[in-house]
Amino acid sequence: MIATADLRAHQIARDFPLLRQPTSRGKRLAYLDSAATSQKPQAVIDALVHYYTHDNANIHRGVYELAERATDAFEEARAKVASFINAAEPAEIVWTRNTTEAINLVSFTWGLANLGRGDAIVCSQLEHHSNLVPWQLLAAKTGAELRFIGVDGDGLHMLDDLDAKLRNVKLVALSHVSNTLGTIAPLDSIVPRAHAAGALVLVDGAQSVPHFPVDVRALDVDFFAASGHKMCGPTGIGFLYAKRRLLETMPPFLTGGDMIREVGYETSSFNEIPWKFEAGTSNVAAAIALGAAVDYLASVGMDWVADHERRLTAYALRRLAAFEPRGLVIYGPPRTVDRSGVISFNFADIHAHDLASILDTEGVCVRAGHHCTMPLMEKMGWPATARASFYLYNTEEDVDQLAFALEKAATIFRL
Amino acid sequence: MDDFYKEYILDHYRNPRNFGQLESPDATFEDLNPLCGDRIRFDLSVGPDGRVSDVRFSGKGCAISQASASMLSESLKGATLAEVARLGQDSVLENVGIGISPARMKCAMLGLKVAKSAALGTLARWPDEEGAEPQST
Ligand SMILES: Cc1ncc(COP(=O)(O)O)c(C=O)c1O
Repeated sequence: MIATADLRAHQIARDFPLLRQPTSRGKRLAYLDSAATSQKPQAVIDALVHYYTHDNANIHRGVYELAERATDAFEEARAKVASFINAAEPAEIVWTRNTTEAINLVSFTWGLANLGRGDAIVCSQLEHHSNLVPWQLLAAKTGAELRFIGVDGDGLHMLDDLDAKLRNVKLVALSHVSNTLGTIAPLDSIVPRAHAAGALVLVDGAQSVPHFPVDVRALDVDFFAASGHKMCGPTGIGFLYAKRRLLETMPPFLTGGDMIREVGYETSSFNEIPWKFEAGTSNVAAAIALGAAVDYLASVGMDWVADHERRLTAYALRRLAAFEPRGLVIYGPPRTVDRSGVISFNFADIHAHDLASILDTEGVCVRAGHHCTMPLMEKMGWPATARASFYLYNTEEDVDQLAFALEKAATIFRL
Repeated sequence: MDDFYKEYILDHYRNPRNFGQLESPDATFEDLNPLCGDRIRFDLSVGPDGRVSDVRFSGKGCAISQASASMLSESLKGATLAEVARLGQDSVLENVGIGISPARMKCAMLGLKVAKSAALGTLARWPDEEGAEPQST
């Protein structure tokens, strides 16, 4: 019998045309790689097509009706994103290409202007390369020191020595949810202490805002970065949230058209926020389609999405546990309250790439490798892991298909 | 792709031949596939007749990369370094048979690339890209 929640997910899956497409071997597709990128609902695809069919014009500078329509739609999408994460106002949302660019924006503008020798930046040991490499380079350029909040063998943050770590800290940059282990960072305990120590807090929300309700003001974070393509939106669009007073004092990032107020041959003055940070023609169509994605998620309800993923993750953990006697190992926080819908695992001596290849022959898409967290993998001593990740359109049927494909892998490898 | 994981491939994966390192090899090279982190090293000894007299490989990675390197290691003895340097992708594909998906071709080729690099004394090109036209821009 299909539970009501699962029934709803089956209905939702029908909104995603790609999920109806069988594989070249005629298998049903079980897409379990939404942590890498999500599939797109018809409403988002339609928004892209509608924009190019009816509203396409360059924004901001046009005086004709079409350009006004494009500008309105673009700014309306910004307002939708702002309200989705409960920012105080749309001007606190800067469009970027993705999370990576949003983090780099902070590093190159606020970071270069505010960090120096004797200052510290604090990350955790489970950061995605996107929330690590920019701080490594910033530290190298400014002489600031980079420190790490440790994680234990289950991928849980260890906060015992946090106050020592926070000495002279200017920035704490953490991923809200680990894309490798699903760990939800204990922001409630870290953010107030970081602020008390005089630091700003940047949260990499690439894996949180798609999956549960996020309220940037309740979290009281200073910067929040995310990618549209992981939250039902198109590729090529993401955003940076930052508090108004920060955006106003930060120097510009990329420079050129659109981000200026007045330009002379020798000097220029810059536009107001958020446009000060949006040099050149933006990905207008993608921004508008991300607005449609946010509408779609809001209509489903983020509380439901979070509940559904928690249930499905618990179900998947139970199904995977049945393989443990044959050598399957599940990584990450043991308690489901500490984790989001991401499960990393290895199966006996099958290398994660071989496992992913075999699962693929059964229509099951999982990722294998280091998941852009090479230092974490090195620390844990895992050469690679397989990773299944869930979203609102996944059902118990997808998990059952994963279990079926794991049986096949066990047979092939004679486990 | 599932037909690829034949009995003998798994045997080479779990019991790799010529696994280890040589004390003082005449030629050695190590490289990794940055896409997946698989790593292989080849050590070659050359006899007075100019032919490979001993081979060892070491490394870690998936069944495809490790089994391909193991099978390749069995075919190198008796060849000159010039012959090893000239080996093409077929020398691996003949061993591992058909059924490797394009996404996994680099796994199969890593061992050969490293063995050729050892023979050349410098990083060789990916064997599956050799002979391809240079990309026009
Ligand atoms: C936690 C986390 N941070 C950052 C990123 C980078 O996202 P993007 O490639 O869209 O910039 C990802 C995506 O894989 C992620 O999972």
